Amino acid sequence: MNPTFAIPKFRLPGFVAGIGHKLPQWPHALALVGGLNAALKMNLLPEDGLTALEDKLFRVRVLDTGGEASYTYRDGMFRPVFRPAREPDLAFAANLSAFLQLLARQEDPDTLFFNRELEITGDTELGLVVKNMLDAVEWPSLPQLPFPGR
Amino acid sequence: MSFLPDLVCPAGSLPALKAAVDNGADAVYLGFKNDTNARNFAGLNFDAKTMADGIRYAHGKGREVLLAINTFAQAGRVADWQRAVDAAVDQGVDAIILADVGLLDYAVHRHPQQRLHLSVQGSATSYEAINFCQREFGIRRAVLPRVLTLAQVEHVIKNTTVEIEVFGFGSLCVMNEGRCWLSSYACGESPNTVGACSPAKYVKWDKKPGEMETRLNGILIDRFADSEPAGYPTLCKGRFEVEGETYYALEEPTSLNVLSILPEILKIGVRAIKVEGRQRSPAYVTQVTRTLRAALDSLRDGNERFHVKPAWQAELAKVSEGSQATLGAYSRPWR
Repeated sequence: MNPTFAIPKFRLPGFVAGIGHKLPQWPHALALVGGLNAALKMNLLPEDGLTALEDKLFRVRVLDTGGEASYTYRDGMFRPVFRPAREPDLAFAANLSAFLQLLARQEDPDTLFFNRELEITGDTELGLVVKNMLDAVEWPSLPQLPFPGR
Repeated sequence: MSFLPDLVCPAGSLPALKAAVDNGADAVYLGFKNDTNARNFAGLNFDAKTMADGIRYAHGKGREVLLAINTFAQAGRVADWQRAVDAAVDQGVDAIILADVGLLDYAVHRHPQQRLHLSVQGSATSYEAINFCQREFGIRRAVLPRVLTLAQVEHVIKNTTVEIEVFGFGSLCVMNEGRCWLSSYACGESPNTVGACSPAKYVKWDKKPGEMETRLNGILIDRFADSEPAGYPTLCKGRFEVEGETYYALEEPTSLNVLSILPEILKIGVRAIKVEGRQRSPAYVTQVTRTLRAALDSLRDGNERFHVKPAWQAELAKVSEGSQATLGAYSRPWR
């Protein structure tokens, strides 16, 4: 990751969520599940953490885009759930910038939680398993591109 | 050039360990994935392979690895704790941080060459207690509980040859180090029994319109308005009704931050400064380590020109629990 690049804290204007709610939600779920399954294929996610996820229903809600994705983990794969029939076992809600900062390891989830920028509801222990599993992932470093002048 | 204390940073995972090393920690501390570790949370800590990888990484960059076996051996299971000590020695850690005197006794006799530190959980606040552990178990360093004023820390240092490590940053609790059973009062489990305070399976964050409730095993601990900063779900940081008033009756959610008294800490001869937070992510470790590294390095040329940069304080304030910081017991003008 480029150490000089920092994701700023921002909040998209209200109308974005207004439109986002009306859009179909399946593209978010597919994209998220695709990413998670890619991480699985690369053996980045530890086995002991994954067994705790079996058959659990997760929901990720991006507040300022109005986007929402539900998914589950079953038989070694993450799968999208388009019409969840029950409340999720674990739900995350935050603005887009907070999710991006988390993914880039720029902010700590506890920090965002203390500052009320990240909402975690449902099974707290499951939340901790997911958080610690993502923290323990050694993301492959991106190739250093030879930018001129660096 | 002044002598700088070691910066000792937390590692709950391999990426956190690398973050600490890469951002200037002189040593990292870590623990096993079991109840010999007072940060025994789901998904956290090191198995044999990740620990070996971590030790190789740290040693490759000339940094130390300290391993915390900082809970007390449970009746009937003493062998589990002894095996943890043996495993730590096999891993080749630079020091083992122990709290239990029975285990210190085991370690010094079984592995006389192994460097031993007395954990903060050992709750030694006087030089007599520390010198006792030096005489009996050969401890080389003691981590002081966060209950002493700076003058008391200096008094301890003047009366012992054991290296003294103090906390420099991180979440505070009621600091009844090694003897706290508050979590057990609510849910039957606490650091001394299962290696975790307020285990997550008992914690419920209940979001309602305009507020969030925190419950530990059904007991209402706190209720936050949407704009209010939150803290860890521990009894000691709950708001309770006492004689008709509802407030933080025991402790406010807050973090210790010693930046402003760093020159004094150096002057009295502290050997190492510890950062709390093995339960936090690599992002936290990065932010806190690089900030304290910068502050310590600026003291290399002497204390005279030291001033706390606003950017350092802002970085540490952001990651603080309850988004506020304190000097804790170090500064108790009323004493």
